[in-house]
Amino acid sequence: MTPGPDGRIRPHIFVVWVEDLPGVLNRVTSLFRRRGFNIESLSVGPARAPGVSRMTIVVRTDATTARRMLVQLSRLVNVLRADDITNEPAIHHELAMFKIQATGEERTQVIQLAGATGARLVDIAPESVVLEATASPAKIDGLAEVLRPYGIVEQVRTGLVGMARGAASVMTDPDARKPPKRRRASSEENGGSHSV
Amino acid sequence: MTKRWRRTGAQLIWETLLGEGVHTVFGYPGGAILPAYDAMLDYPIRHVLVRHEQGATHMADGYSRASGEVGVAVATSGPGATNMVTGIATAMLDSSPIVCVTGQVGSALIGTDAFQETDVTGVTLPITKHNYLVTEVDEIAPALHEAFYVARSGRPGPVLVDITKDAQQAFTETRPRLGKVDLPGYRPEPRPPESELQRAAELINRAERPVILAGHGILISGAMGQVRELAERARIPIAMTLLGIGAIPANHALNMGMMGMHGESWVNQAIQEADLLLALGMRFDDRVTGTLKTYAPNAAKIHIDIDPAEFNKNVRVDVALAGDLSAVLAHLLPVIEARDRSGWLGSIRGFKGDTAVRDIQNLPDMGKLYAAHVIHDIWRMTGGKAIVTTDVGQHQMWEAQYYRHNEPRSLITSGGLGTMGFALPAAVGAKVARPDDEVWVIAGDGGFQMTMCELATIAQERLKLNVAIINNGYLGMVRQWQEFFYDRRYAGTPILSPDFAALARSFGLGGEAVKSRQEVEGAVERARADERTVVLDFQVEKEDTVYPMVPTGARLQDMIRRPGQEADGDPESEEEPVAAGRTVEW
Repeated sequence: MTPGPDGRIRPHIFVVWVEDLPGVLNRVTSLFRRRGFNIESLSVGPARAPGVSRMTIVVRTDATTARRMLVQLSRLVNVLRADDITNEPAIHHELAMFKIQATGEERTQVIQLAGATGARLVDIAPESVVLEATASPAKIDGLAEVLRPYGIVEQVRTGLVGMARGAASVMTDPDARKPPKRRRASSEENGGSHSV
Repeated sequence: MTKRWRRTGAQLIWETLLGEGVHTVFGYPGGAILPAYDAMLDYPIRHVLVRHEQGATHMADGYSRASGEVGVAVATSGPGATNMVTGIATAMLDSSPIVCVTGQVGSALIGTDAFQETDVTGVTLPITKHNYLVTEVDEIAPALHEAFYVARSGRPGPVLVDITKDAQQAFTETRPRLGKVDLPGYRPEPRPPESELQRAAELINRAERPVILAGHGILISGAMGQVRELAERARIPIAMTLLGIGAIPANHALNMGMMGMHGESWVNQAIQEADLLLALGMRFDDRVTGTLKTYAPNAAKIHIDIDPAEFNKNVRVDVALAGDLSAVLAHLLPVIEARDRSGWLGSIRGFKGDTAVRDIQNLPDMGKLYAAHVIHDIWRMTGGKAIVTTDVGQHQMWEAQYYRHNEPRSLITSGGLGTMGFALPAAVGAKVARPDDEVWVIAGDGGFQMTMCELATIAQERLKLNVAIINNGYLGMVRQWQEFFYDRRYAGTPILSPDFAALARSFGLGGEAVKSRQEVEGAVERARADERTVVLDFQVEKEDTVYPMVPTGARLQDMIRRPGQEADGDPESEEEPVAAGRTVEW
């Protein structure tokens, strides 16, 4: 896409609090789809208040378009609040797991590397180990880089979740005034315990 | 012993609608909505049977735009609901509050490709303000109640409620409690901060060459009187958007007329030379701005709209005031100073120059029938007091130019979506909403054929409408674009029509063909006097063109004007249509 008048294209991090109802995820992603955006990562989970889900959405765009997206998000009936925390002092983390095929000396090196980088060893099998790390996407990229020579056979990354630093964020976590009724907002199937 | 309170979901549909003030619905029955139809007979509901569900949504839309109330359309699942899509999108783009109630297959069948199953909430997700899939009987009343609230509050729009057949059939003994709607994330009426109101007032009081851009939001908010007061006190000329027409009387001294692509040239010039644009309930659509790079380059811009998503979307504004227009103006008016801006108003009169001379109305009568004559005569003979509905295209622009609306909610037209086939069903809705008002349909021969099946609805409901078909044998506006921008290669635009008068008579309605200017007055008179709906087939000049025109991507001041030769009475001229000499810059 072409950059808007006031900014370069870069990842923007939206935090969106929504009513935990079926179909709401569809409504949110539909706004991005309509503009032809590719969502880089999206993670959803329960927020502090019952009946509220919190999404972290990463989309590459310019500042003008990001502002418009934010207003469009806020306009959705089931969206309680939407923030762009790209420029806020915030913690941006993702969780990653890497499965490395390694035996003997290499295996020892991988385990040492894990200790040095803050990754945790979460599984040891005869032919492989699984490392888990929670860190900023850049640090995860770095870890993947050093592990690659040993042979990553499988990896999974959750996508970024973000939280603003300091006391201000306590105020920004909205409550649904009461847990919303379990009303189907669309025909999307209710997948799992958390039905966004 | 008192009988226990007990209702089916179908009964609750009608009881909730009645509670929302609904007495008429436009609909079409079918399998998945049958329980609701069966229950309908026990309630004081007028059901208008449409001939196609698109018609039902346009009728609900026309009803809503004529009355300011929420219009209701009902359809069955699958094809019934998908037929509504065009009407829903039309209502969405023009912020018209309608509620669509659709039947859905039984909840156990959802997702199985059952007979007449469509994921209707999925299909309509991007073209509704909000929608609901209801699978439980106890959710029906709250969902409908919420739907009406969402449809009519804030920036209005269409809401769809899809109700499964089993939910309609199920019994409940829980009486619904419909109080205040609780939607924690929905904030329909924002309020602008005091500091921004101050800035706006200062800009208005300081401006030397201000222009009010009057949009649909004035009508929705009911701010007609306040806008007039603002304009009159501060002596600010007013430019209308297409959907703003009627917000300020056409004969008001400060109302310059319509802006934009087919607006008046002096209105566009006033906008381009303004030092302040005060945009009221309008959204700077590409049809009113021309190319954005050169739009009103010296003007500060104040934008008042209830939907903050419209701010800085197309045009960068200096002050954005989010809120209900009437409420915002109530804060603003007390600090607006009375000013004499006769110099600026005088310059605008100067912009008019010879533009009116080239108007088709001033051509000598050469026996030819032009749409302008027809619409001018209808305007004259109805005293400008009729409700007029239109489709999209040449006839729509001619209507906007030649029918001078003095009353709010008297022009009902598909603006944002530009929907052909809108006029006839919208007129049905308008007539049902305001039975004592005279209603005229002005449609092209192309658009009319898209929904002309609704003539049967009109006959069945014994509605009195007047229909003027501007019949030029072409899809006229597309032909005009082909003439200007595609070297007159008329691909797919010549259109054959039935004998519209005979067609109307076949429905038991009146019909008459009109071929010359002398016949117009008599035909309009006879149509108005007839108790039945009468279809007048005005067979006008085939290759007439809407002037003036701002080509897409051009500057607002670069309007193509009616060629001099035509104005001098030589319409057969072979001159190139977009020759440099015709593009007049001020």
